[in-house]
Amino acid sequence: MPTLRVPVIENIMSANDQMASQNRSQLDANRVYGINIMASPGAGKTSVILQTIRALTGQLKFAVVEGDTAPVTIDADKVIAAGMPAVQINTGGDCHLDAVMLKNGLAQLPLSDVDLVIVENVGNLVCPAAFSLGTHANVLVASIPEGDDKPYKYPAIYRGLDVLIINKIDLKPYIDFKMDYFRQGVEMLNPGLVIFEVSCRTGEGIEAWSNWLLQQVKKSG
Amino acid sequence: MDYNDSMHELAVTESILNIATDYAKKAGATRVTDLYLVVGRLSSLVDDSVQFYWDILSQDTICEKSQLHFERIPANILCLDCGNEFQLKDELTPCPGCGGVKIKVISGDQFTLNSIEIEK
Repeated sequence: MPTLRVPVIENIMSANDQMASQNRSQLDANRVYGINIMASPGAGKTSVILQTIRALTGQLKFAVVEGDTAPVTIDADKVIAAGMPAVQINTGGDCHLDAVMLKNGLAQLPLSDVDLVIVENVGNLVCPAAFSLGTHANVLVASIPEGDDKPYKYPAIYRGLDVLIINKIDLKPYIDFKMDYFRQGVEMLNPGLVIFEVSCRTGEGIEAWSNWLLQQVKKSG
Repeated sequence: MDYNDSMHELAVTESILNIATDYAKKAGATRVTDLYLVVGRLSSLVDDSVQFYWDILSQDTICEKSQLHFERIPANILCLDCGNEFQLKDELTPCPGCGGVKIKVISGDQFTLNSIEIEK
């Protein structure tokens, strides 16, 4: 049977991207600033969120969306214990949050009473890079023990960032992590990227990061 | 690469099926025989995983038994120091010509379904 070639030329991520822009509109309509926190498992996403909440309590009203691959609520419980509304999204084994999952998460939050939504993505350096969520800023939490070669090995995620947090800076004396080499890779992929070196354990650098975030939220409001 | 990566391909494969089905129906197709995809090196997609999910997901659809064709686009990088163009292979490296680290990625992000082959 003769076949016919039909041109398509459609971005495979377009359905997700459209949903992401709806999420952005919803956040903007409620004057809410949204950040998407990505990292490898164990880099310290939840610790950064808890430290950020601690630093900005009284100045901002938060809500947290937790993405997890399995129906465990450890991370959400920690956030709720810190006094914040949190909603847990179980991705059913998926390696990333997508825009539809975030839409469902946002629907469960009192957005009109919130200044900042913090989205904790699934721990993974590959997949979250491909799925935009509609948040205002993509944040990566890197950490010293992961090694200084990560920007070179995972270029896609570094290219899409608006801010980078380097966590566990207190472990620098014990680990062969060449900060210059790491930062060079980041600079190649994302020139001028805003970077904060922090330790969630000692609290070092948390104030600088929190102040930066506070400014972003105020600017957007 | 850890086991999580395969799930990424599942979501992507669903998206390909949705787009292809949509265009096939609009064109009045009875069957889709081939799909032509353009995938940049930076999209970190594993062809074999997509084909594996495709064979399962496309069962009982207009796309059943169709073949995926991947055109891989390399990640081409322009060195802003010396103007040399080089390709990102496994890892990002400084410019092999001059060692420069001021670069611009000029291709490799593509991720499109370019066309489908249909029977009417």
